[in-house]
Amino acid sequence: MPTVEVSFTALPAHVRTARLVALAVARRAGVSDQLLDEVRLAVGEACSRAVGVHQSKVPDQPVLMRLTDEQDRFVVEVVDGGPLEHEVADADLTALDTDELSAPAQDATADQLPDLLPPGFGLAVISGLVEDVNVVSDADGTHVRMTWPAPDVMAPDVN
Amino acid sequence: MDLSLSTRTEGDRTVVTVGGEIDVYTAPKLREQLIDLVSGGKYHLVVDMEGVDFLDSTGLGVLVGGLKRVRAHEGSLRLVCTQERILKIFRITGLTKVFPIHASVDEALAATD
Repeated sequence: MPTVEVSFTALPAHVRTARLVALAVARRAGVSDQLLDEVRLAVGEACSRAVGVHQSKVPDQPVLMRLTDEQDRFVVEVVDGGPLEHEVADADLTALDTDELSAPAQDATADQLPDLLPPGFGLAVISGLVEDVNVVSDADGTHVRMTWPAPDVMAPDVN
Repeated sequence: MDLSLSTRTEGDRTVVTVGGEIDVYTAPKLREQLIDLVSGGKYHLVVDMEGVDFLDSTGLGVLVGGLKRVRAHEGSLRLVCTQERILKIFRITGLTKVFPIHASVDEALAATD
């Protein structure tokens, strides 16, 4: 059973809340201070990605984040309601064309440039950041599962 | 913490001071700001990120978009950042090759390459 489970409407505004909750639980689970920024960014990327998937596929369905404080590790699982499609294969940052990214916009007056970073970019950031990450797709949707070491240093609650 | 934005002119350059969190929720505000500047003929931008507490890939996308817009006018977009936590995401993504990153606003204003 997860230690804390957060279910939120698929809106960008709630991603920050999810990050804050994950950070608080990670800290309590004993994740070291130098890893907390990593947790915050990786959870943010996973939740942003899930919000994007939901908004285009299942806008009424909430995004689910499970935080589990296990013996000596802290596990975050973000579950979205969409299939994974092409993202994993594309999640390779070395394939990013930096010349293309810095090339002048063809139509500089356009208010909206098309997606500037390739699909799967968020997942690629997560894999570049987190040592232990596992992405699987099943009937429920896509699960992004990230694990950090969390030595059990906290004293048990006494109240 | 939300996103804060302010701009000032330094010679032919415009300094955009960003503070707070740039994420999927706040990045559209930064995008608007950059679009407004470019539409107003400001093509040489220095984005001061020293007050940024959080930056994700959505924010990176907006910065790349800004860069592409100013480049279309032979302009420039320089970043000011010394915070390790923010620099890390530029390194992981290889975007350190795309953006000139400076240690101070003065250094960015003096850069001419």
